[in-house]
Amino acid sequence: MSTTDPERSAARTDPESSALPEQLAEVIEEFAELEERQKLEMLLEFSRELPDLPERYSGSYDQMEEVVECQSPLFLTVEYDDDAGTAELFFAAPPEAPTTRGFAAILHEGLNGLSYEQILGVPDDLSERLGLARAITPLRLRGMTAMLGRIKRNIRAHLAETAPGRAG
Amino acid sequence: MTEAKDFSQYAHPEALVSTDWVAQHKDDPNVVLLESNEDVLLYETGHIPGAQKIDWHTDLNDSVTRDFLGPEQFADFAASKGITRETTIVFYGDKSNWWAAYALWVFTLFGHADLRLMDGGRQKWVAEERELTTEPTPAAPAEYPAPAVRDDSTFRAFREDVLEHFGKPLVDVRSPLEYSGERTHMEGYEQEGAMRGGHIPSAASVPWAKAANEDGTFRSRAELEEIYTEQAGLGAADEVIAYCRIGERSSHTWFVLQHLLGYQNVRNYDGSWTEWGNAVRLPITTGDQPGEAPAR
Repeated sequence: MSTTDPERSAARTDPESSALPEQLAEVIEEFAELEERQKLEMLLEFSRELPDLPERYSGSYDQMEEVVECQSPLFLTVEYDDDAGTAELFFAAPPEAPTTRGFAAILHEGLNGLSYEQILGVPDDLSERLGLARAITPLRLRGMTAMLGRIKRNIRAHLAETAPGRAG
Repeated sequence: MTEAKDFSQYAHPEALVSTDWVAQHKDDPNVVLLESNEDVLLYETGHIPGAQKIDWHTDLNDSVTRDFLGPEQFADFAASKGITRETTIVFYGDKSNWWAAYALWVFTLFGHADLRLMDGGRQKWVAEERELTTEPTPAAPAEYPAPAVRDDSTFRAFREDVLEHFGKPLVDVRSPLEYSGERTHMEGYEQEGAMRGGHIPSAASVPWAKAANEDGTFRSRAELEEIYTEQAGLGAADEVIAYCRIGERSSHTWFVLQHLLGYQNVRNYDGSWTEWGNAVRLPITTGDQPGEAPAR
């Protein structure tokens, strides 16, 4: 695609993009540079790189939250380090749901280990900024928006429980 | 591996092939395999050698109007997949062939003669540990003359047709909660909601997956007759309309009624609940009973 790709230039000139956490901005940049076909390949790459669940979660999804908005089963959980104020994200989705795994891997790569505030500050239209709407269709992207929403909701609930003053 | 199923029990046994058949015939020059999945990346993780990918969302629909491709666009698309008018097309996919049946139904509208489903779909092929490859299938474009029309009257119903149809059997293939109206969308598909919940008056509720076994294959003819002919009360009707939310789950039921049970005139109402449940003044029934068809 040429440098006049509207999605690409939109991502660059959007005033909010400067506020994106660096590791997330890098992921968006990676996708923005690619043509439609390559975007799908990149998403497939991400889906292969979704980290396995640690031992303590393996075999039992019942400790995790199911994201029912995804077209295929996806489970997520958040672990909090209140001293550092950062969150660790864990996702699980079956191999026969590579698109869902890809979305989860993008969020993991872009958000894992960030501070509560940074994650809460991620724009809700993140899935649109990846420029995947044409290749994936907006319908399917909905699952990723739902994952992000649930991660934020978990963090807000955790803040409300542990530090009511910070919950905003 | 289970014992081979005898397809001759079905009304149109030629519309179904086994995984064995595909393994033997996938390289035949007149056979094209099309994989149609819900998950847009599943094909890339491994597909039957030689199979092409078809995406129900991006390949079969007009990009602006809510409608399918026109005859010219269809011909271009088919040709790009190496399909001629004489090709035997075998569809298979994930989720008990849900999306494969949808693609097959859309191809039916364009009058392609030889369309088949692989019984059990992708799931059965994988469960049998048959060969998968991530090698892209080389494109070998063919000549496909544009059909004169897309036939929207024989196998497709519009909402006006449904209103005309009242008094004859309708099958609602959505989940029980969508049928009763407690939910205005299917779990996980909130964006495909409707203003109102419920079902088209007099429609029988038969969730689509009832037609499939655990392994993704179709149930036996006797079992299907029990479900549709008896329990859903289709009896010996010569005209049936099936619908769901956007017409994809009901394509699966359309295939069962048209090809496996041999009902004569089965139409898929692809406007389905996302049209009916949003339209002004169309009659709706709520609750778990079919309700009466409105007087015409």
